[in-house]
Formats: sequence, structure tokens, C-alpha cells
Amino acid sequence: MKYAFFPGCVSRGGCPELYPATKLICEKLEIELQEMPAASCTGAGVLQEKNELLGDTLNARTFAMAEALDLPILTICSTCQGVMSQANHRLKDPEYLAKVNGYLADEGLEYKGKANPKHLLWVLIEDIGLDKLLSLITRPLAGIRMAPFYGCYIVRPTDALEFEEHPERKDALEKIIETIGATVVDFEGKTRCCGFPILTINERNSMAMVSKHTLEAKDLGADAMITPCPLCHLNLDSFQPKAAAQAGRPIGLPILHMPQAIGLAMGLSPKEMGLQRHIVNTKPLLMKIGAEASS
Amino acid sequence: MDVTLRVKRFDPEAAEPEPYWQDFTVNIEDNGTVLDALIKIREDIDGSFSLRCSCRSSICGSCAMRINGHAGLACKIQAPTAIVNGVITVEPAGNMPVVKDLVVDFDSFWDKIMEIEPYLKPEGPEPEAEYIASNESMLHLSGVTSCIMCGACVSDCTVMEVDPTFLGPAALAKAYRFTADPRDGDENGVSKDRLEELTKPSGMWDCTRCMECVTVCPKGVAPMDRIMALRDQAMAAGFTNTNGARHTEAFSESVEHSGWLDELRLVPKSVGITNLSALAGYAPIAIQALTHGKMPPIIHKKIEKAGNVRKLFDKIEGPKRH
Repeated sequence: MKYAFFPGCVSRGGCPELYPATKLICEKLEIELQEMPAASCTGAGVLQEKNELLGDTLNARTFAMAEALDLPILTICSTCQGVMSQANHRLKDPEYLAKVNGYLADEGLEYKGKANPKHLLWVLIEDIGLDKLLSLITRPLAGIRMAPFYGCYIVRPTDALEFEEHPERKDALEKIIETIGATVVDFEGKTRCCGFPILTINERNSMAMVSKHTLEAKDLGADAMITPCPLCHLNLDSFQPKAAAQAGRPIGLPILHMPQAIGLAMGLSPKEMGLQRHIVNTKPLLMKIGAEASS
Repeated sequence: MDVTLRVKRFDPEAAEPEPYWQDFTVNIEDNGTVLDALIKIREDIDGSFSLRCSCRSSICGSCAMRINGHAGLACKIQAPTAIVNGVITVEPAGNMPVVKDLVVDFDSFWDKIMEIEPYLKPEGPEPEAEYIASNESMLHLSGVTSCIMCGACVSDCTVMEVDPTFLGPAALAKAYRFTADPRDGDENGVSKDRLEELTKPSGMWDCTRCMECVTVCPKGVAPMDRIMALRDQAMAAGFTNTNGARHTEAFSESVEHSGWLDELRLVPKSVGITNLSALAGYAPIAIQALTHGKMPPIIHKKIEKAGNVRKLFDKIEGPKRH
């Protein structure tokens, strides 16, 4: 299957390991990714605080580009997914859509309202199928206890994310964990906020969120946490040592981007998955998986 | 029909007061609510079981509690739709101390509502005649005045979970009810004093935008959306000397100029480039990122056709004076 690829800013910025890991697993899954080099940032909800119309217009511009390619949009960032879904939801209003298209006309673009942006997490379940994924698993993560961390934007608000039409989205990450052979560690914090949006505003609270969720999963016996959101990853991995210092307890819980966990189970090497770029040491986890030797 | 409820109970007068789970199976009407089932427990099985309720019609806001992990009104949720793996899990509302079983202490909720001074505060000379607010402005407020103070948003607020000092979604939405009222504040309806107060720590900028409150509010108040509107009002009123406002501005500027996010420059711009102590606090993280190959690109390249993005900013936001 072919998609218009929307990698988002963070997979090419603060989490540069995510982009190549995604490319590699998509190759194996026969998912063809067509870049959209003129697509802008979604606004991440931040721009929308200032000007929702502007944010929606930028997203409609991206949707129009994908429509011109006649391809569905695939993203690897929960925040991008959420913001695009919310924009798309508002753009269902024909009057609003016409207004937004008025701004896009100068660039020769028109959004017809047909885009259906999908996170790779949903693409795997809804378009590719878990059977296909399972057929590519050569190194099942047996014995690995994995905590799913959704964060906010891929689970709320449920109307814009079309949870009613797609009930399978509710526990999509758990299904991926099971398919790659690991055991799900269910925990309360899985759909809470990682704290990233307030990192520079109230660091103490942001770090408290990191330690709360990682320690909860760790106390339930998790070997690793898996997330579809690179922003969550930034906070939960890069800032985990700082959060541990604030909490006064060591944490040391590896946080895997969803494509990394899938790639490891497909037999790709830790290096190919960019695990050397993680701040939290992943070696004990890799030893347990039996992937350490190939790194 | 028979429904089984798994209820979190707490008796402060027990020898060792600890919360515990108890299962009850009761028979209710096929279209009965979770509240009907809970009342049935109290009336037929255990008279000591405590909960708050009154109107049974989603109007009074008394019966907010966590049902299957998320806050909601027990009287608004039909029991058959709430059964997960054979049971309905019921807990007291979160982020407030439990008094007994499903009854929580609302003191901190009301304290925060009082903290935002929930009454009109017009400035300037007393008007000579009645102030007639426009229909449009009152219609705009009708969303936020639908709040029934049930505390569902506070129960599930992810910030209050780690920081009880946060004003929280209910109080901030209530604050917006006044800042957005043309009768509040100066002659232009700008509530400068309020907005200044709300930009302080524990106020509007501490919200993480997690949308829990929007999801659980039984009345469509969308507290988070009101908090975002407060931020917009505060920035428009000139209260830009906060990390939150700087972050929004820096983010917006980055997208305007290059089409995407320049993460490397976002942090210093958010905390303030002259705020050396805060910047020094990020140094270890930056060094770690650098040594692990996680540093965002130093040269931030523009996306293709970035000029078109900038034109959209100009058209929608109005030309800037750079």
C-alpha cells in the first residue's frame, strides 16, 4: 500500500531515531511512503491556541497536497494525528471548508474534504492487518513485559478520532504488543499526559508526570514502555533521569517508539532501530530479547 | 436485568481505614442507570454504603464519580452500556479526598472557584443605566455557563493529579465565564486584572492540553478549550512575559518562517534567552542529547514552499511588523 507520509517535526528533530526505524519496518511491511516535502507542521495544538483558523488552514493545505497525490496520509506522531483529526473534524462544516479553501486558492490548492489521516498504529491494524505483521515476526519478544503508553492525542477527543466507527483503535497498542510476542502490562497511566507540553512552563509537574507513569509501569513489572508518540518519548526517555532525581527513586525503564519494538521483533538490529540514541540504557532489555549480539 | 458493580469502598471509622473493592450484583430495569444500581445497593444490600445524588437527571451535578476509570455522572450513564468484562467499576471522583465510599470532600473544589472571584467586576465609573449585553456575547457564554459544578473535570485532571495547587479546569473555565463577559473588566470588556492573576504559576499556563476534562465533562463545557481561550486573551492583553506565552510565540514564529518546528531554538526562546539559570538547567540534557546523537539539526532548513506558509500567516493573522 502507498501513503502520503507525514513524519512530523520531532521524528526529524529531537527523536531522529524514529524516522529511519519507521522507514525500515515499512519496507518490510510493503508500505510505500511518498514524502510531502512542502507539508508544514500541524501546529501541534500550540499554534491553535493563538489562531485555530490558521492551524486548520495549514492542515487543510497538507490534506489538499495528499489529495492531489491521490494518497491517504500516514503519520507516525500521535500529536500530529490528533491535531490533524481535530482539524479535519472541523473542516467537515462546508462553510468553514469554503472559507479555508479561500486562503488556499492562491497556492492553487483545494481541499475536497476526503483526507483520512492515519497513524501507523491504526494503519497496521486497519489497512495492513495483524496477520501480515505477525508473518514478519522472526524474533518474538517472548517474556518481555511491555507497558503501552498512548498519551493524549491518539485517544482524545474520541469523536474527532472516530473511535465509535473504529472501536479497535481503543486498544490498538495492546494488539501490537501481543502480535510482536510481548506481554501487555496494563496500567492506569497509559492514557494520561506525559507532561511534555508543560516541560518549559512547569518542569516540576512535567517531571512528576514522567516519574508517576514510568514508576507505575515499572512497579507492575514492565521491562519496557512502548509509545506511538515521539513527544511522549522525548519526555519519558530523555527526561527520565531528571524525573528520577526529582522522585528520589531510580527508574531505568526503556521507552521504545512503536516502530522500534516492531523492528526488533522483525529481527532488525538495535542499531538499525537507533536504540543507541536513547538516553535510558536499553542494553538489559536487548539482552533479554536476545538482540544484543547483533547491535 | 442483573448487573454486577465493583465498587471502591472506604470507611474512615474502620479499625484500619484502607480502601477496598467490593462486588455487588443487583437487579435493575433494562434501561436503568449506574446510579439506579448504586441506589439499589444502598437500599437493598448495605445501608452503610455512601454516595451523593439528588436530581437523577444530570442537572444537579451531585453524582460525579469514576465509572470504568473515567469521571462521569452516574445518573447519565446507562448501566448496560457501562459493563466491561461483566462488571461496572465504580470509584469515587479523583483529585479530592475521600470522605466515605463514593463521597469526596469538595472543599478544595470550592476554594478554587472562590479564588477566581466568580462575580462580575466592572471597572471605571458606575454606569448610569442598565448594561445591556449583546445576545451574541451571552450566547457565546452559554456553553461555559452550562457547568453544573459536578467536579468530573477536576476528578480526571492530569495536572491536579501531580499538583494540587493547580487552579484546575472547573475554576479556569469559570474564570473564562467572566473574562469573556463584556460587562467584566475595563470599558472594552478586557479583564486585565483577572488575566494577569491567571497567568501566574498554577494558572492557565499549567494546563497540559491533555483533553481529559473535555472528554469527561457531562455538559459540553469543554474546560480546556476555555483555558486555551484564556491564553489567547492574556497574550492579546499584553501578558506575554511568561514561559507559556513565549513558547506559543516561538512555536508560531518557527512555523511561520520555516514551515516546521525548530526544536533547538524553541527551549531557549520559551524560557527566555536571558534567563541564564533556567538555561543552565537544560545544559546536562542538551549535552546528553548531543552525545547520544539526539540533538535536533543545528541548521534548520525550511520546508519546500515555506513562503506559501508565511503568506497564510500574513493573510490570516494580518501582516506582521518584523
